[in-house]
Amino acid sequence: MTAIDPTAHLTAEQIEELGRELDAIRDEVIAGRGEKDAAYIRKVISVQRKLELASRGVLLFSFFPPAWLIGTAGLSVAKIMDNMEIGHNVLHGQWDWMRDPKIHSTTWEWDHVSPSEQWKHSHNELHHTYTNVIGKDNDLGYGIMRVDEDQKWHPFHLGQPLWNFINACFFEYGIAAYDLELGKNLHKRRRKNPEFRARAKAVGRKIRRQVLKDYVIHPLLSGPSFLTTLAATFTANLVRNIWSHSVIMCGHFPEGVQVFERRSIKGETRGQWYLRQMMGSANISGSKAMHFMTGNLSHQIEHHLFPDLPSNRYAEVAVKVRALFEKYELEYVTGPLPRQVLSAWHKVFRLSLPNKKPKVETPDREQELVAA
Amino acid sequence: MTSTALRSRAWKLLETVTTPLLPSDYLDLVSPLRAGADLRGRIEAVHPETGDAATVVIRPGRGWRGHTAGQYVRIGVDVDGVRLWRAYSITSPTDRRDGRVTITVKAIPDGKVSNHLVRRAKPGTLIQLDQPTGDFVMPQAKPARVLYLTAGSGITPVMGMLRDTEFDDVVMVHCAPRPQDVIFRNELHDLAADKKLRLTEVHTDTDGTLDIARLDELVPDWAERETWACGPAGLLDAAEAHWTEHGVQQRLHTERFRPGIVVAGDGGEVTFSATGKTVDADGGTPLLDIGEEAGVLMPSGCRMGICFGCVTPLKAGAVRDLRTGEITEAEPGVLIQTCVSAAAGPCDIER
Ligand code: FES
Repeated sequence: MTAIDPTAHLTAEQIEELGRELDAIRDEVIAGRGEKDAAYIRKVISVQRKLELASRGVLLFSFFPPAWLIGTAGLSVAKIMDNMEIGHNVLHGQWDWMRDPKIHSTTWEWDHVSPSEQWKHSHNELHHTYTNVIGKDNDLGYGIMRVDEDQKWHPFHLGQPLWNFINACFFEYGIAAYDLELGKNLHKRRRKNPEFRARAKAVGRKIRRQVLKDYVIHPLLSGPSFLTTLAATFTANLVRNIWSHSVIMCGHFPEGVQVFERRSIKGETRGQWYLRQMMGSANISGSKAMHFMTGNLSHQIEHHLFPDLPSNRYAEVAVKVRALFEKYELEYVTGPLPRQVLSAWHKVFRLSLPNKKPKVETPDREQELVAA
Repeated sequence: MTSTALRSRAWKLLETVTTPLLPSDYLDLVSPLRAGADLRGRIEAVHPETGDAATVVIRPGRGWRGHTAGQYVRIGVDVDGVRLWRAYSITSPTDRRDGRVTITVKAIPDGKVSNHLVRRAKPGTLIQLDQPTGDFVMPQAKPARVLYLTAGSGITPVMGMLRDTEFDDVVMVHCAPRPQDVIFRNELHDLAADKKLRLTEVHTDTDGTLDIARLDELVPDWAERETWACGPAGLLDAAEAHWTEHGVQQRLHTERFRPGIVVAGDGGEVTFSATGKTVDADGGTPLLDIGEEAGVLMPSGCRMGICFGCVTPLKAGAVRDLRTGEITEAEPGVLIQTCVSAAAGPCDIER
């Protein structure tokens, strides 16, 4: 909905051709999945578990400051790994092909307050199907922010930098609330809906267990290090939350990323769907370690094109995808993490204020925004 | 509080410590074969038997309950990263001192698991195990005279029996294409030399397939023998007909490998076994649509293969991935995405 449509130069045939070329990239990876990939995810899971165990072990002595530092750092990294490279990707079904019931989208549960089942619905289904479609993809601003000029401004949006910051700190709770569609379900009538109540109960149970583990059991096990362990776990969760929030913001918010109108996806072809994923996502450039710590969501564009390909393959896929962007003269939005984070935050601030020149809204558009 | 109650309390507490994982997820990292773990085994050695068969020595986990001679075990092996399950007869005796068990595998053409085990499996590899099972076993009372009628890898369960239990009067008729294809040939000849076994080898490359009527000549008293037969379907069908014809079918015990081979076609009859509905499906319509049209409650999400909200067990038959054309055959634990899979022949979807 930017003034100029960056895909206007493509003909319908070109878009379908682009779709076929992307399908071919996907087929190639699928045909080549094998032992090495399986070994990779097993290794990552094993390292994550060992790192978590070791860090929690070190935190038993966290009254001793160096131990606190090492334990907290280790636990933060372990939590980030669990959340990003393992949890997010396993829940996408990226590793289902291994037929290992222990590393499977239907059985995986992550170290996060949102139950896997609910997250899969809101993320895999809603966000990935309706990527960046205003009113359909609630990941756009999570329902608390204005992310596009065309969205109507409301005084509530003045506070959005603050909401966004709070959301970053308590991101996992934000996600849980978001998966529950809390905003929409808090009306009296909806609150009584048995299906919503069951889901809310599941979230409550998950939160209880997570909090009990992190803030009661582990500190208690540390005895004299009770308080320092508590602080360490809190810090690790905070670090993980801010980190994952930042990475995810970089995926769809930086300047240059397109959003779409609801009516634009009616009768969308495969090629058009691909094109929307390409224009609606942004990457983070950086080292191997950076890609790993973002759970390869630094390859957000590739991930959105092929959400079920194993994450360790995105790097090689990215080279081919990027070549297609060039061939079809499309902008591949990418940049180093600090720049992308800044760009996204800049947008959050900018859109917290009303537009300088509000555009004339078509009636159709108006309706959509109300529905949203 | 009783000690069991106490223990379950302690376990609950431990589960809180490791939530959302289970304590076993961590223990598996260090001790996958411990008591109480999911049953697994470790491959300790692979010995070639013939050009295309090998014996795999497995150390089973602590939960292994032991087998009866003649039984088989299902094993789950990761081949090219994919876990595949197959059943193999156990060829080791039941009282092996070191507690190891062996299976003997013949590589069949295009057999993913068998070729992997015979040619590529490495000692040290973990595999998944089920408890041994099967009723192709010896009766409680020892029969006076025994006949083993085997062909090809059908010799494997019988070898488990031969190594396990000695009988006074045992005859074996074994078919294989050529002498060098006879699995366990040296051991069989040693047994024969020790007069523990009377062995007749039929080499089908030169002698042709065994005509079951030739038994009269090879083992004149076959009808009085308790018989265990194992081999390809043709041999077993012939044996069953022959024994029935002579009214002695109760003396014949058979074991069939590889029941029903899946033929991947285009469309077929789809059974939704949980709902009890059966409908015809063409080869191009997603099973999700087929099920919904038939009034079956199908979970779904994106309907385009990306959300994995529609995964459902495939109980039998084969399906084709509409995007890649890839065929998936039913095996225990196989789940398919119904929104991008179509029937490739008759199949059974657990919905
Ligand atoms: S419905 Fe989304 S993968 Fe099948």
